[in-house]
Amino acid sequence: MYPAQFEYHSPKTLAEALALLEQSGEDGKAIAGSQSLVPMMKLRLVTPQHVIDLRKLPGFSGIRDTGGELQIGAMTTHREVENSALAREKLPILSEAAGNIGDRQVRNMGTIGGSLAHADPSADWPAVTLALDASVHIVGKKGERSVKIEDFIVGPLTTNLEPGELIFQVRVPLAAARTGSAYEKCPHPASRFAVVGVAAVLTLDGAGKVQSARVAVTGLGPKAARAQKLEAALIGKVPDAASLQAAAAFASDGIEVRADLTGSADYKAHLTMTYAMRALTKAAARAN
Amino acid sequence: MATQERMFGASIKRREDPRLITGKGNYVDDVKLPGTTYAAFIRSPHAHARIVSIDSGAALKLPGVLAVYTGKEMADSGVKPIPVGWLLPNIKIPAHMPLAVDRARYMGECVAVVIAESPYLAKDAAELVQVEYDVLPAAVEGIDAIKPGAAKVHDEIADNVCFRWTLGDKAAADAAFKGAAKVVKQHFVNHRLIPNAIETRSMLASANPGTGEVTLWLNSQNPHVHRLLMAAFILGMPEHKLRVISPDVGGGFGSKIFIYPEECILTWATRKLLRPIKWSAERREAFMTDAHGRDHVTDAEMALDASGRITGLRVSTVANLGAYVSLFGPAVPTYLYGTMVSGCYQIPAIHVDVAGVLTNTTPVDAYRGAGRPEACYLIERLADLAAHAVGQDRLEFRRKNFIPKESFPYQTPVAVMYDSGNYPGALDKALKILDLPRFQVEQEEARKAGRLLGIGYSTYVEACGLAPSQVAGALGAQAGLYESATVRVHPTAKVTVFTGSHSHGQGHETTFAQIAADELQMPMEDIEIVHGDTGIVPFGMGSYGSRSGPVGGSAIFMSAQKIKEKAKKIAAHLLEANEADVTFEGGKFAVKGSPDRFKTFGDVALMAYLAHNLPKGLEPGLEALSFFDPGNFVFPFGTHIAVVEILRETGEIKLVRYIAVDDLGRVINPMIVDGMVHGGIAQGVSQALWEAASYDESGQLLTGSMMNYALPHAHDMISLELDRTETPSPVNPLGVKGAGETGTIASTPAVANAVMDALAPLGIKHLDMPFSPGRVWEAMRAAGRTQGGI
Repeated sequence: MYPAQFEYHSPKTLAEALALLEQSGEDGKAIAGSQSLVPMMKLRLVTPQHVIDLRKLPGFSGIRDTGGELQIGAMTTHREVENSALAREKLPILSEAAGNIGDRQVRNMGTIGGSLAHADPSADWPAVTLALDASVHIVGKKGERSVKIEDFIVGPLTTNLEPGELIFQVRVPLAAARTGSAYEKCPHPASRFAVVGVAAVLTLDGAGKVQSARVAVTGLGPKAARAQKLEAALIGKVPDAASLQAAAAFASDGIEVRADLTGSADYKAHLTMTYAMRALTKAAARAN
Repeated sequence: MATQERMFGASIKRREDPRLITGKGNYVDDVKLPGTTYAAFIRSPHAHARIVSIDSGAALKLPGVLAVYTGKEMADSGVKPIPVGWLLPNIKIPAHMPLAVDRARYMGECVAVVIAESPYLAKDAAELVQVEYDVLPAAVEGIDAIKPGAAKVHDEIADNVCFRWTLGDKAAADAAFKGAAKVVKQHFVNHRLIPNAIETRSMLASANPGTGEVTLWLNSQNPHVHRLLMAAFILGMPEHKLRVISPDVGGGFGSKIFIYPEECILTWATRKLLRPIKWSAERREAFMTDAHGRDHVTDAEMALDASGRITGLRVSTVANLGAYVSLFGPAVPTYLYGTMVSGCYQIPAIHVDVAGVLTNTTPVDAYRGAGRPEACYLIERLADLAAHAVGQDRLEFRRKNFIPKESFPYQTPVAVMYDSGNYPGALDKALKILDLPRFQVEQEEARKAGRLLGIGYSTYVEACGLAPSQVAGALGAQAGLYESATVRVHPTAKVTVFTGSHSHGQGHETTFAQIAADELQMPMEDIEIVHGDTGIVPFGMGSYGSRSGPVGGSAIFMSAQKIKEKAKKIAAHLLEANEADVTFEGGKFAVKGSPDRFKTFGDVALMAYLAHNLPKGLEPGLEALSFFDPGNFVFPFGTHIAVVEILRETGEIKLVRYIAVDDLGRVINPMIVDGMVHGGIAQGVSQALWEAASYDESGQLLTGSMMNYALPHAHDMISLELDRTETPSPVNPLGVKGAGETGTIASTPAVANAVMDALAPLGIKHLDMPFSPGRVWEAMRAAGRTQGGI
């Protein structure tokens, strides 16, 4: 596979990277872990004239605990998140989700920032970060800004990243006490992307009832979406099997589920409910 | 030289592996020639379209672009259509030109080619070639293409039917059904697959302006066949002026047997441009254009008497051949399929009819198993359905209908004669490994708990080791199916074996050396196996149909006998003894009764070339060429058992156990055979559970990449439990049967029968493959029992 001709840049500072992005404008494309962009370039679905590699930028990689949140550098690989002691301790859902992305080669190369910037509607990170109420922290020539995931991802392969901007970090608020989270996905037999993936974050009150619930679904619609009816059904309930099951029935509510080669719309709705139940059950157990 | 251990039967590690797994292999794309140019193909994005115009002006203006060729130019220069290697009565063969002329008939068909100084430039230029298409309606599914009003793939074939073929005695079969106590009918879809060898098709064509010779490096499973057909039939060049070299090849599974347009185009173009031209398929091109496999829709029925004996079988199949008739396209759904529907059962009357249908899809041809997987799936599924219908245990039913051990050779009513077999022997061994009584308890407990645990049996037989040339010829083959081997002993007693077989993963450099080492009584290290070069191997039919061991290996054995005969003559002369008194043991020719009077094989080899002292009239040299033409196919058989569990909640299927007891006759290298069986089973399981090619109604391939065509991942497979029985084949001097395809042939129905057994408590009798979770869940839901989480 032979991509169209392009010029490769490897900036060593953020200023240099931003300048290159500005100069190249529409013809430029930042490259992170290369797992989505390069296949598209090989198929000539995208033909950037300038490819700006972010791997050498300082400060773009690694996970930090600031007390209130985990700051995950955009260039942190899935594999690093999977193996991060910090993530495993503070928000194990992150490591779990990372460990089920693609295969090991993909995880060694692909990055969390790259995945979010690509905004594949079947990717795992959008659902997980959405459920965790995460933001992306963006840097650009005009300065820095933070955007909530639900506002950042606009649609399939579309984000609100402006030309000349880069994702610097993914910022995930640390969970309140008695919070449990889990991500469960049905991988596509070929691509290992999510046929459906459900991320659930549950916080219980002192009485053991659900105080807050954030549940996000990927794989079904044009972008990962909150299952709000499901969330609402959980509030104030003791998260036992019956209440979780009753809530999980709403997992695909409000999403137009379409049939494809993996199965009928009914099947995919059923699958969503099933994986929602699995994620909720795990999250509730962890919250307790 | 000390007497060495017999190599035949030893699990020797593959000699080629250190080279191949450390990046020292030599694949076509590794071959570098100065001045090489690169081809890029303009392919039809439509399944069916009239080519209105091709404008290559902009492409030709790009610096570094040497040429853009179209189908018209190629046809005008006298290039002929790609021939078909197996003809059937009244077959209609539409012209298949390497570059489409006027009309493109499947998505991915070559419409034009760009030759440029670099592969990148060639792709850039290809994007600038403007092709105007007038899109036509497409015929996609075989069963739709024969309906009135279907789009015509080729104007001259009004009903899209390429051939109608029958086998067996229709009157006898009809009579069996009239007198049947019970008839079982089933509609089967054996869906289309896409081969996907690791190495995609790759080629480098280079014309020598001085000699006029063209060398074509091509990852071909049969380089001599490529040379013969391309030179004599397509390009009209003398056969001796085309040399085809097929070096290390990364897998074939059938897909590298056939003559494809690309090698014809490159060989033609290099003669015009007098520059080497290279092309390696991108994976998406491989998905679109490597010959696909299977794609049958069948209605079958089995007649049974009151005791559960099979009395008749009627099979009616529509085989989708794709847009053109590929090299062996007509043979696969006929002589490699209809002849094997009897399975391992005594069936007095069989009738098979097959319609080969042209559609606007990628051509279909032999893919690992080729016809036999379709036949095995059919008969093994029918065996289960029939046992159920007559209320008998599936194993009891099989045993009752097995061809008895003492009936071999066994003539079936569908043309073939099985060479040897012991079907209950393999079944008994497999059941012992399974521990059937224990499994039955497990299954009963599982079912009580509402779990869907199922077991499937596939007591299979297949035909391989292609083939007796005379028989093949009478059935329509346009070539003989023997194999050649030259054994050349050098003056230092080192040996080079030139084989017409071709290794693209099978391990011939090891197994063939084992055969030669035993016969010549020398270390394997002193034997080199050479294959895949028409310039140095005398002739060869290549490797497919599990023929390398039984046919190619036998040719080596024969040449080794000739070497020994001649060497013995020389030794007797040197020892001043009667030839009849000379023995060959431990690498020494000795006089019977006087073991200290001997000449080593090395002494003899040296004298053969010194020629100072040879028997009168004996020519110098020590080399032998043999052609082995088998008297029959070989018929491996065995029992495969799959145990699966279906998750009610999602319809997912977990493979729990897999047992394979194969009878491959004598086994040259058990470790290599285990590897072939492993790979074959993975492919066959994959057809049942994951893999399926899918087109939309307009003929767009929906499964054109690794992102949506589900090849098995390593972690999808479980540890396999393998064993063997050994019933030597009388067909060849080695007693071997083919081992390359049994896994693929046997495993698909084993899994299918297991899935159906798992679903039996829900009253589900048959589903078509692949058993995707979505399909299984829908079936469970339709059965009204989907309330998950028992």
